[in-house]
Amino acid sequence: QVSAALKEGHVTPTELCQRCLSLIKSTKFLNAYITVAEETALKQAEASEERYKRGQPLGVLDGIPIAVKDNFNTAGIETTCASNMLRGYISPYNATVVQKLLDQGAVLLGKTNLDEFAMGSGSTDGVFGPVRNPWSYSRQYKEKSVPKSHSEDKEPDWVITGGSSGGSAAAVSSFTCFAALGSDTGGSTRNPAAHCGVVGLKPTYGLISRHGLIPLVNSMDVPGILTRCVDDAAVMLGSLAGHDPKDSTTIQDNFKPFELPDLTDVSKLSIGVPKEYHAPGLSSEVLALWSKAADLFQNAGAKVVEVSLPHTRYSIVCYHVLCTAEVASNMARFDGLEYGHRSDMNESTESMYAATRREGFNDVVRGRILSGNYFLLKENYEKYFIKAQKVRRLIANDFVKVFRSGVDVLLTPTTLSDAAPYTEFIKEDNRTRSTQDDILTQAANMAGLPAINVPTALSERGLPVGLQFIGRSFQEQQLLTVAKWFEKQVQFPVIQLEEVKRHDSGVFQHQKSASFS
Amino acid sequence: QKVSREVLEHLEHLALVDFRDAEGVQRLQKAIQFAEQLQEVNTDGVEPMDSVLEDRCLYLREDDVTEGNCTKELLENAREKVEEYFVAPPGNIPLPKLGERDTFLQGS
Repeated sequence: QVSAALKEGHVTPTELCQRCLSLIKSTKFLNAYITVAEETALKQAEASEERYKRGQPLGVLDGIPIAVKDNFNTAGIETTCASNMLRGYISPYNATVVQKLLDQGAVLLGKTNLDEFAMGSGSTDGVFGPVRNPWSYSRQYKEKSVPKSHSEDKEPDWVITGGSSGGSAAAVSSFTCFAALGSDTGGSTRNPAAHCGVVGLKPTYGLISRHGLIPLVNSMDVPGILTRCVDDAAVMLGSLAGHDPKDSTTIQDNFKPFELPDLTDVSKLSIGVPKEYHAPGLSSEVLALWSKAADLFQNAGAKVVEVSLPHTRYSIVCYHVLCTAEVASNMARFDGLEYGHRSDMNESTESMYAATRREGFNDVVRGRILSGNYFLLKENYEKYFIKAQKVRRLIANDFVKVFRSGVDVLLTPTTLSDAAPYTEFIKEDNRTRSTQDDILTQAANMAGLPAINVPTALSERGLPVGLQFIGRSFQEQQLLTVAKWFEKQVQFPVIQLEEVKRHDSGVFQHQKSASFS
Repeated sequence: QKVSREVLEHLEHLALVDFRDAEGVQRLQKAIQFAEQLQEVNTDGVEPMDSVLEDRCLYLREDDVTEGNCTKELLENAREKVEEYFVAPPGNIPLPKLGERDTFLQGS
């Protein structure tokens, strides 16, 4: 819709850009952005305006403000991965996906906040502090909040965004941009999408280039897309997918961008409901919504079958081993020599590296590196790493079997419950939380399958709950078509953000104490 | 079983990252314990899976130079350099033994 408005001249790209930038400023307390590239964004908007004036926009994305997660390289703009290790690191190049968006005329507003190096499921562990879920400030949440005693400040007990692409999800959800890039390794795009009430798409592994995305787990990472509706996600996908000679893990098949049909007849569809996704800890609300969704499909004529993915419960353990192992390898490049933080220790190369890494990484990252190294030790290799790789195959095969039996798309919950308050969330450590929260999203990464979170309804507390659809490899068109139909059926409410200007100074203080505690 | 002190030191040396405190070591213990669950799965006859794209051919291109000449940009991000070299402190000196370095393990 915005694109059409730009084309008709109802609004100009620079106006749009200015509005977004000022909105970013007024929602600063959300801490969604690490870097706001105001000058470059305005310049891009101006260039876009010129093109519209001449009647030659580059495409649907021309002039559209977008945000990018801070683990994608952006030329000339600081890329930190929310870590001390890369503070002050100005990328010399653009990640392929960023370049593609810029080539289409998109306006890059800034880099969004995340968990340090994308490790986490709350967007709470970065060095720039946690990201707040915009829904914490919505009328819907406040109405349902238990009124606090008079002695406490008027601040709502804010909830987390989920992670690790929390900043991107918050940015899209709070209207500061129209689409954002995240990354998805274990659910990092779909989890915050569910908590923030936005669409989160994880494409098939190999469809979108990872060149320029600072890697976590090379065999599972994908760039993720966050938007406010499924159609937008399809548009973004159309611009980003395709073979990249700079990323040899992208497939060579020709990708044709598609428009989503308005599905009216679902009778030929077969929806699979994997029973193992009724995981321990699944809230009764989410379970009810999941059931309701299955009924929705059934009543509309689709074939809804219960299926089994027996190795689902091992996907987290498998991920735990494979992820830490790949992390141990990928983080080895951070030694302070060529870029990033460098310690003042100068006794020897090794001691400089060790000191740099001690100073640059937080506990979560260091913990994973050490665990990864443990699993890769010669005496442990077979028992843990190879074993995990075998289990991975079993998990991937589960999906193959189910899809082969005629199921088109799987329907599962995305998260166990709605977003937790920050004070609750930090009671457990990062690894425990990730273990609990990733359970529904991880297996799709193991098998490399496309998956999408569609916001479904509000919980009793007034917070968003989403449901996940998992599709066959490279069948994004089918997956998104089903998702779009579902989106239309559920009519998820728009967030009603209150003016929080009065609370600005109080909020800032509160935020300070929350991040440095 | 607890991880032995030698293995802990070995890990610190391999990773060039330290545990920092008891919590760090605990974290590793818990991680190992967690990973034990893998042993429950029967994987007889199953091949390890490296990549989900294993059925496809790797993309290869001609061995021609298509880009480069970005010495200046690359050097910009390094803190210490001389002409076109990255400057590192002397190598060939192993990480100081436990007694001398500032690590948590020496206290345990």
